[in-house]
Amino acid sequence: MIHSLFLINASGDIFLEKHWKSVVSRSVCDYFFEAQERASEAENVPPVIPTPHHYLLSVYRHKIFFVAVIQSEVPPLFVIEFLHRVVDTFQDYFGSTNVGDQLPTGQLSVVPWRRTGVKYTNNEAYFDVIEEIDAIIDKSGSTITAEIQGVIDACVKLTGMPDLTLSFMNPRLLDDVSFHPCVRFKRWESERILSFIPPDGNFRLLSYHVSAQNLVAIPVYVKHNISFRDNSSLGRFEITVGPKQTMGKTVEGVMVTSQMPKGVLNMTLTPSQGTHIFDPVTKLLSWDVGKINPQKLPSLKGSVSLQAGTSKPDENPTINLQFKIQQLAISGLKVNRLDMYGEKYKPFKGIKYMTKAGKFQVRT
Amino acid sequence: MAASPAYGEEKGGSSSLGEPEYGHDPASGGIFSSDYKRHDDLKEMLDSNKDSLKLEAMKRIVAMIARGKNASDLFPAVVKNVACKNIEDPNQLIRASALRVLSSIRVPIIVPIMMLAIKEAASDMSPYVRKTAAHAIPKLYSLDSDQKDQLIEVIEKLLADKTTLVAGSVVMAFEEVCPERIDLIHKNYRKLCNLLIDVEEWGQVVIINMLTRYARTQFLSPNQNESLLEESAEKAFYGSEEEDTKDAKAEAASLAKRKPYVMDPDHRLLLRNTKPLLQSRNAAVVMAVAQLYFHLAPKAEVGVIAKALVRLLRSHSEVQYVVLQNVATMSIKRRGMFEPYLKSFYIRSTDPTQIKILKLEVLTNLANETNISTILREFQTYIRSMDKDFVAATIQAIGRCATNIGKVRDTCLNGLVQLLSNRDELVVAESVVVIKKLLQMQPAQHSEIIKHMAKLTDNIQVPMARASILWLIGEYCEHVPKIAPDVLRKMAKSFTNEEDIVKLQVINLAAKLYLTNSKQSKLLTQYVLNLAKYDQNYDIRDRARFIRQLIVPTEKSGALNKYAKKLFLAQKPAPILESSFKDRDHFQLGSLSHLLNAKAVGYQELPDWPDEAPDPSVRNVEVPEWTKCTSREKRKEKVEKPFYSDSEGESGPTESADSEPESASEESGSSSSSGSSSSGSEEEEEEEEEEEGSGEQSEDKEEEEEKRTKRKEKEGSRKATSSEEASASESSSSGSDSGSEAEAKQRKVPPSSKAGPKEISLLDLDDFTPPPPQPVPSSSIVSTSLVTDLEGLMLTDTSLAPALLSPAFGAVRTYELLHRMAGEGLSVEYCFSRRPFPGDPHMVAVQIQISNNTDAEVKSLRVSEPKPLSGMRIQEFPEIERLAPGDTASVVMGIDFCDSTQAANFQLCTHTRHFYVSIQPPVGELMAPIFMSENEFKKEQGKLMGMSEITEKLTLPEKCRSDHTIVQQVTSAANVGRVPCGADNEYRFAAKTVTSGSLVLITLERREGTAAQLTVNSEKMVIGTMLVKDIVQALVQ
Repeated sequence: MIHSLFLINASGDIFLEKHWKSVVSRSVCDYFFEAQERASEAENVPPVIPTPHHYLLSVYRHKIFFVAVIQSEVPPLFVIEFLHRVVDTFQDYFGSTNVGDQLPTGQLSVVPWRRTGVKYTNNEAYFDVIEEIDAIIDKSGSTITAEIQGVIDACVKLTGMPDLTLSFMNPRLLDDVSFHPCVRFKRWESERILSFIPPDGNFRLLSYHVSAQNLVAIPVYVKHNISFRDNSSLGRFEITVGPKQTMGKTVEGVMVTSQMPKGVLNMTLTPSQGTHIFDPVTKLLSWDVGKINPQKLPSLKGSVSLQAGTSKPDENPTINLQFKIQQLAISGLKVNRLDMYGEKYKPFKGIKYMTKAGKFQVRT
Repeated sequence: MAASPAYGEEKGGSSSLGEPEYGHDPASGGIFSSDYKRHDDLKEMLDSNKDSLKLEAMKRIVAMIARGKNASDLFPAVVKNVACKNIEDPNQLIRASALRVLSSIRVPIIVPIMMLAIKEAASDMSPYVRKTAAHAIPKLYSLDSDQKDQLIEVIEKLLADKTTLVAGSVVMAFEEVCPERIDLIHKNYRKLCNLLIDVEEWGQVVIINMLTRYARTQFLSPNQNESLLEESAEKAFYGSEEEDTKDAKAEAASLAKRKPYVMDPDHRLLLRNTKPLLQSRNAAVVMAVAQLYFHLAPKAEVGVIAKALVRLLRSHSEVQYVVLQNVATMSIKRRGMFEPYLKSFYIRSTDPTQIKILKLEVLTNLANETNISTILREFQTYIRSMDKDFVAATIQAIGRCATNIGKVRDTCLNGLVQLLSNRDELVVAESVVVIKKLLQMQPAQHSEIIKHMAKLTDNIQVPMARASILWLIGEYCEHVPKIAPDVLRKMAKSFTNEEDIVKLQVINLAAKLYLTNSKQSKLLTQYVLNLAKYDQNYDIRDRARFIRQLIVPTEKSGALNKYAKKLFLAQKPAPILESSFKDRDHFQLGSLSHLLNAKAVGYQELPDWPDEAPDPSVRNVEVPEWTKCTSREKRKEKVEKPFYSDSEGESGPTESADSEPESASEESGSSSSSGSSSSGSEEEEEEEEEEEGSGEQSEDKEEEEEKRTKRKEKEGSRKATSSEEASASESSSSGSDSGSEAEAKQRKVPPSSKAGPKEISLLDLDDFTPPPPQPVPSSSIVSTSLVTDLEGLMLTDTSLAPALLSPAFGAVRTYELLHRMAGEGLSVEYCFSRRPFPGDPHMVAVQIQISNNTDAEVKSLRVSEPKPLSGMRIQEFPEIERLAPGDTASVVMGIDFCDSTQAANFQLCTHTRHFYVSIQPPVGELMAPIFMSENEFKKEQGKLMGMSEITEKLTLPEKCRSDHTIVQQVTSAANVGRVPCGADNEYRFAAKTVTSGSLVLITLERREGTAAQLTVNSEKMVIGTMLVKDIVQALVQ
């Protein structure tokens, strides 16, 4: 289906091409460059571009465009999903330590996702339950929308063909799930137990969405006072971040970013903790806050200098937040137990919980 | 061999470093023919059967190529002799890669070799090689489309393959080569549906898309009847589904003739088997299922896809882009589906613009009277975004909401008017354009707005906005009689500097004013027209000339002049603001064509539903009664006979090549049970069984080592019984993990120990027959073990059924219904099989075992005159016509005891006698186990405190202290299921009463030493009390 593939870097060079059928001239990428120019930003390049004889389907990852050339009807997601898998594989291959392990070897196995003859001296299985909160908080601090998305990422290094089951204390929390192909669907349907022969190494076992009925605890709040005055080249900027519903855990890795309006020339700010940067070109303010100490809330205060002579910006910037809370799954999801069958040895098992901000946005 | 001296000589040449012969340019090295001849030699070397010669030839050829010589005429020889050799390699991986290499060579001359290799590989033993053969088909087809007919034969053969490995690839080949040959799918349809979940993800996408098209040609629309019923209701709510209504009306006529709609079971099968794939991690698979449901499912069921599609919005932005396009189309047709997820389409400032705009489209499609205020509030924040393209799109969206929902039209209009004073010109311009459209709907009421807009001409520079304002003023000049001429005056002044579209509208305005208010505007109009006459743009010159002729009366301008006013100031219909995604669903969703809204190369149209369903029996698959291992010659014969060729596909070469031993023995199993002629459905069942089998494997591992051997034994005979298995009704689909332990233990009892005087007839077996409590003579060992195995099979096989679980029983206790003496030789015993009674879930199944110990035949054994107490119901067993002396029959009857331990009284009649009998159930049999998590258990227990809780202290006797015995004793006393428990010293069990479904929760807590405490929580206090008594007795006995 994919006729050819071009890899284009940030400066617009085709640095790699691969053709599976006949050679398609590079010039086909001109249509892509045109679209890129029109889009101004990389993320706005349409993923599907029709040209007179071909269709160009592209994904943008790691500042590289992967442009696939297609000649006939094919589900676009088929190609896009595939390209993303290719990139994932590249990433695994070039980016991580255990190179050889990652290449597929299981074509013939009954369990195509696991190679045979795996051997470890230390048998261990680690599962990370990672939840992300997506939220939009409005000006007044009330939640417009909030939901929890979670994943269970696993790192399994077990000898032989282990068969694992993982059960939850409260599986009903999971509203919508998608599985790694190794998970036995029927078992989940009937018993809400994850039963699977794991792939070797790192993989994503499960992605889930927590049912919408449950109210989502919002672990942080942002107090903000951002004002631009008419006929003045100075504006005020003040934000404070504080913990809200954190279940007694520390909020760390807090990072605040905000895209300032075009009219902002510079910002003179003093943080009570952490470091901040304002990029006058992209107008992006980022403040690396670090840990939140409930006794002494972090704040960032100062003034904004605006372009003189122009009227004040209409819009207030939105504040994007990142944070991490260790040892907590904010939905309350808990793994009940993990059992192994099919092999005799006793593996070391570990489960870690973490909550992170997903797309967490505060409108001002 | 004539050639031998020649190459001997050449060998010498090549081994010398100089390589003089090949170093020469052919032109200088001699005549062309010698070059030709040289290649001939190489060909002969390649053709020889010595590896060394071949190697030598290859070396030379490579050397030639390295020197830039054209060796392409040697190509076929190389392929034929070198590449092809590996096709017969004993290693399947090498065979497959050889074929892959061969099929990647895109030279027409090797077509015949490739064809041969594909045919060979298609009947290879290894499914992996067969898969590679399927991959090679499209390649060959693209090389030479004349091979189509031959390739179709191969596709047909591979379609019959039963392995998941091949399925996706061959369907892909089918789609590329012969998507129109839908008839090839019929026989494989059910198999494909059943294999689907185990096919690799990419194959799933291809199969699902193909099956969507298939279903559209073979089944009837599931919505044909509904649309008629829904019509009125839907219309009342939305009124926007005119399309549907029309369809419905058109159908209404033909509907009268039509039979009521019943979904084809095959249609249902497809829907059922694709649904779990919505949980796939692969976005393409999820989308494929979503489009299948959208195009094929009954309206009421389409909703399930919404959640999965919304999930994909968390993925990469390219995925979001494609999904949102499809959601946009779906949300027009089926708005209700996405309404609960409205908030998931809210826009974040960090979204890329193209995503924002698509989300906006969806939000607009979802807007209705109830949610419009929320949506508009959300839109308000969007308008202040820094992303101006997005703001413009938001204003358009507000315009669409205003046109679609009358209630908010004024609110929207006011909001838009406020935007006219926005600082950003683009925002103002977009608002003007949208307001213009809205005003066209009811201009009379809005002269104020028109006046306001007239003032804007002084400031606003965006051409489209200026043009819109001018058009508005011209069109509604009678509403603003004073302002209009003044605007024209200003525009006349700036005319030469305006953009073309503005100029055209100035001319329009002038013309309209001339017609309505010529006194004030005559001179201005003349002036404007004169300017336009000399404009650079010919359109404008043209327009000016045309209008002058039309409106200014001269001698020459005749008839048309009279109508000028009618021409210019005619009522114009208000524009309809509608989604660009409307009606895009005539393209198959998820396709490239749908995304582009244009037919892409190679797009297969989604056919309309047929009016009459084609014959469904074409999908029936004959179960072959002859042995599966047919020789090739035999198969060839069969091709001529259509009847056999069907089944040939099923168990033909691919089947025998199948490396899985299971399917082979299964096949022979069904041939041994040749009595059953129910074809098709049986095939399906078998497939399912296979699937369950794999699930079972995992469970087996949960059992201890010792049981593994048992399993083998079980499997062996399982094959033999696959036909009985297949006819098993659904009620057998209950089983449990917790049961497996006890059940495995039961299986351990060797069947041979059951030696005794009576024999069971195999024919009397129904699926609920437990192992007979009586010993059986050794002569029937086979059949009894078969029975046991059959039962064991059911327990494990179906252990995946939800909620209601099969009993975790120890030994089944039998009770006497009629003693041999009292029954005059007829002895009747009963036991509680602890299986759900088929047909009525509120009945307790009672297994009755009737033995004829007389020396005469007993005829017409039946239940008569049941005298149930109030509310109690009895479902008699079917009459036993005759029972030979010494024979035993086993039947099942159902009794609804109304959750009481009152006895059920009835008469057991034979052809001569009546016996009054009664069955009194132990309290533990009035319930059925259910599955619960520990948390649920605790939660439910919390609700059943106080009066509903009965506690008893007890001392556990020595022999009853191990976990195993405790669990066994409790589960034998009552039909309950074990609930997982975190604490070591606690045991929990749960069940529901059969009639009313009340919860019964049992907790046994071990204290220090031998002390223990038993707690039963149930709102049925009587049951609770009795149960405590029974369990305590069972434990301390």
